[in-house]
Amino acid sequence: MADTSLATPVPVPRISRNGLLFALLGGLALWLPLVQFKANRIVAGEGLSLPGALPGGAGWGFVCLVILLLAAGLLYRLPLGWRLGLALIGLAAVILSLGLAAKGLTPEGNRVVRVAPASGFWMLLLAFGLMGTDALSRLHLSRKARWAVLCISLGLIWLCLASGLLNETSVMVEYRARADLFSRSLWQHLTLAFGSLAMALLIGLPLGIMVFLIPKLRRGVLGVLNVLQTIPSLALFGIMIPVFGWIALNVPGAAQIGVAGIGLFPALMALFFYSLLPVVSNTLVGLRTVDPAVHDAAFGLGLTQRQVLFQVQLPLALPVVLAAVRIVLVQNIGLAVIAGLIGGGGFGSFVFQGLNQTAMDLILLGALPTILLALVAGVALDLMVEAISPKKGNVT
Amino acid sequence: MIRIENLSKTYGDTTVVQPVSLTIEKGHIAALVGTSGSGKTTLLRMINRLVEPSSGKVWIGDEDAATIAPHLLRRRIGYAIQGHGLFPHRTLAQNIAMVPQLLGWKPRDISDRVDELLTLFQLDPARFRDRMPHQLSGGQQQRVGVARALAARPEVLLMDEPFGALDPVIRAKAQDDLRDIQRQLGTTLVIVTHDMEEAVTLGDRIAVMDKGVLLQYGPPTEILTHPATPFVEALIGKAERPFRLLSLSHIGDIAVPGEAEGPALPRDTSARDALAQCLWLGRDRLAVQGGGVVTLEALRTRAKGDGA
Amino acid sequence: MIARLILAALACLLVAFLLTPQSFAWLFVPLTKNGAPPIYTQTGLLSLTLSHLGLVALASLASTIVAVGLGVLVTRPAGREFLPLARTITSIGQTFPPVAVLALAVPAMGFGAGPTLVALFLYGLLPIFENTLTALQNLPPSVIEAARGMGLTRRQRLLQVELPLALPVILAGVRLSVVISLATATIGSTVAAHTLGEVIIAGLLSANTAFVVQGGLIVGLIAVLIYEGFQQVEKATARRIGQMQQE
Repeated sequence: MADTSLATPVPVPRISRNGLLFALLGGLALWLPLVQFKANRIVAGEGLSLPGALPGGAGWGFVCLVILLLAAGLLYRLPLGWRLGLALIGLAAVILSLGLAAKGLTPEGNRVVRVAPASGFWMLLLAFGLMGTDALSRLHLSRKARWAVLCISLGLIWLCLASGLLNETSVMVEYRARADLFSRSLWQHLTLAFGSLAMALLIGLPLGIMVFLIPKLRRGVLGVLNVLQTIPSLALFGIMIPVFGWIALNVPGAAQIGVAGIGLFPALMALFFYSLLPVVSNTLVGLRTVDPAVHDAAFGLGLTQRQVLFQVQLPLALPVVLAAVRIVLVQNIGLAVIAGLIGGGGFGSFVFQGLNQTAMDLILLGALPTILLALVAGVALDLMVEAISPKKGNVT
Repeated sequence: MIRIENLSKTYGDTTVVQPVSLTIEKGHIAALVGTSGSGKTTLLRMINRLVEPSSGKVWIGDEDAATIAPHLLRRRIGYAIQGHGLFPHRTLAQNIAMVPQLLGWKPRDISDRVDELLTLFQLDPARFRDRMPHQLSGGQQQRVGVARALAARPEVLLMDEPFGALDPVIRAKAQDDLRDIQRQLGTTLVIVTHDMEEAVTLGDRIAVMDKGVLLQYGPPTEILTHPATPFVEALIGKAERPFRLLSLSHIGDIAVPGEAEGPALPRDTSARDALAQCLWLGRDRLAVQGGGVVTLEALRTRAKGDGA
Repeated sequence: MIARLILAALACLLVAFLLTPQSFAWLFVPLTKNGAPPIYTQTGLLSLTLSHLGLVALASLASTIVAVGLGVLVTRPAGREFLPLARTITSIGQTFPPVAVLALAVPAMGFGAGPTLVALFLYGLLPIFENTLTALQNLPPSVIEAARGMGLTRRQRLLQVELPLALPVILAGVRLSVVISLATATIGSTVAAHTLGEVIIAGLLSANTAFVVQGGLIVGLIAVLIYEGFQQVEKATARRIGQMQQE
């Protein structure tokens, strides 16, 4: 597709356009406040940009470092490995500066003052984060290496949090005030996301196989599941409460096996209903895409219908089913937040409490781990899907 | 007239077209033949600057193509490709009207031109103007593709395997039609094909290319009787050569005075068809319309490439 | 045909319900307890619906313009360098939970329609961008080659050939985006945006199932109608250019 203008390159020193984008983002971020200094957790604060946020001249040091890193990113011929390194140093510097700013700005022993990350921090994080992911995606690492990158990233995040570097930042202060609740919410959130997924697989896989074997049922089953999917999540969660409340009261034995109209159960069921469609339809699609020749060959070898299904069709359909697992898991981790609104627990309870109290730090305490969970689940499952998909060049 | 001077194309270290020079007379058909990867398509695409030459010049008439803005150059040169490339979201009339519109013709003139071309390509304007391309058969689509390329009365028409997607019967008919229309309009035509048969049928001159090198450029008889290299010879296909030679001449040209039984053949019947008739009917001479006969002997001489 | 009749009936039902909600009260009475009101009257359902739709329309319009613009940019020679980055951002961005995006917009924008609009806009970008990219990269090569060969300039090629041909797939992206936005906008009322979520949340707070159901029904119905409407338009455009939609 070489067009005229490309054929005669103009002799301009080549600048990486992506690098330019990151530099613009980062440059803008340096103007914006790095942190918000607030007298307490509710009031609006005063924005401090990087040079002013750190004690002494350290702020200017960090500014120079950031500018240097962004400028290096402009070089067109910079190897991708170097680029990744720059991004990592940048991320470390940004996080370090936040931690130091929080430490420096919080008066000794003061439990009321809050130092919250502000727009400048998020944009720097974005700039270096993009630089890193861009380099990573263009490095075309092997699957093993990408698993390693995922684990190392998680390790680094854990290290940042465990080392106490960020202890004085508002989100961590908020966390320490409810560390127990946080771990309970984490478990609830995971139970909601994985529990509903497990149920969806338990019911959805056989259902998918059934509609594959009995085509007459397809329209009806998929139609009902489609309708379920159009009900807005908020309403579906809400409807589950009276429905399962009634069942728990009126169906003998239901309450004994855990059916309830309050707490985790209705939220779990709502997520389960949302998960059914992707599981059933992908099972069906997976089974249908099995090459008829393979199917015929298997019969020709003398396998029974049952053996063909379990030994040929299902294994071949597995990647498509796993793709559904990815969709469902990522979607459920996000939707589980809504459980917080109906008393179902999970990180959503922080988010909605935070919204009620206009406590932004509390919102972050709920939203950030949710995003992290969703990202990790997405990347990990992409890698798994790729691993079992027969030699398909997959771009993550 | 198109004059190509030392035209070459290099991508990085690989040379796709070694410097080529050739001239195509006004109103003639030049066929570029070669296997895939021979550089023939690249050579064609350098003429309308879809590919920018690495060196050399293209003259359209007495104008240097490099001095004309590429999109303006392309509007002056018709271009038809395999798979026709009709705009699927436009009607046939809109498709054909494209270039005249770009050139700012009056709507009235455009409309007249569309009807004229549809008629020329045996598509009834009343029925076909407002059809969408996907409502046509493959042969019809291909005809519209050529009609569109001719819409703005270009002096030059470039075609890249225009009949590649057609089945043999429709293909032969399309070739005949193209030749008629080209003669009628006097357009200079450059056609790329991998099919020597097509090149021999259509070309006034044939350029044989291999691995980016122009091996031979000359009239079909010369290519058939005096192949310059073993590659050209292989491309002709030794066994096919006599028949190809025969298909180049008409019986009117080799008729001798005499009498023969049976119905007389038209004078523009190809010698190849006449030979087939002789063999099929078991005769050694056939009558030619307007007097005279064509003998099996004369046909045999022709097939050897003598007396061309 | 039957499907179309059902859709038309559903549309009539929806309009009738929004115009005279009280005449449907009897339907919702069984869902209430202790004589609670069966129909939400704090704010008119019609006004909430219009405001809900307004938010979604505004956000979707903005996402469509920006996403198609970006999709065009990264497929031009000048922007091709951004293509891998844009792909990565899209695939990562889609794992971000919509609720979290909404919640994160609050610190930046305060309460009200603002954060909802921003969240809907950002989240709506992704499917449209993805589809624009897919569509522009999978155009029939012979048509594009012909357009170049006929002397259309880059801009003419884009406006007269590439975008019209990409339209059905881009529209499918817009449809996806609008349907997601419709659902996400309900959550917007937790940050004080004026949407149908207000009805559902009022139901949740007062344990009035009637409110939850009517809020959910209205949004669900609108989603189904918009989904089908878009599909009809997509099919019509696809049929016109002689491609049958898959599925």
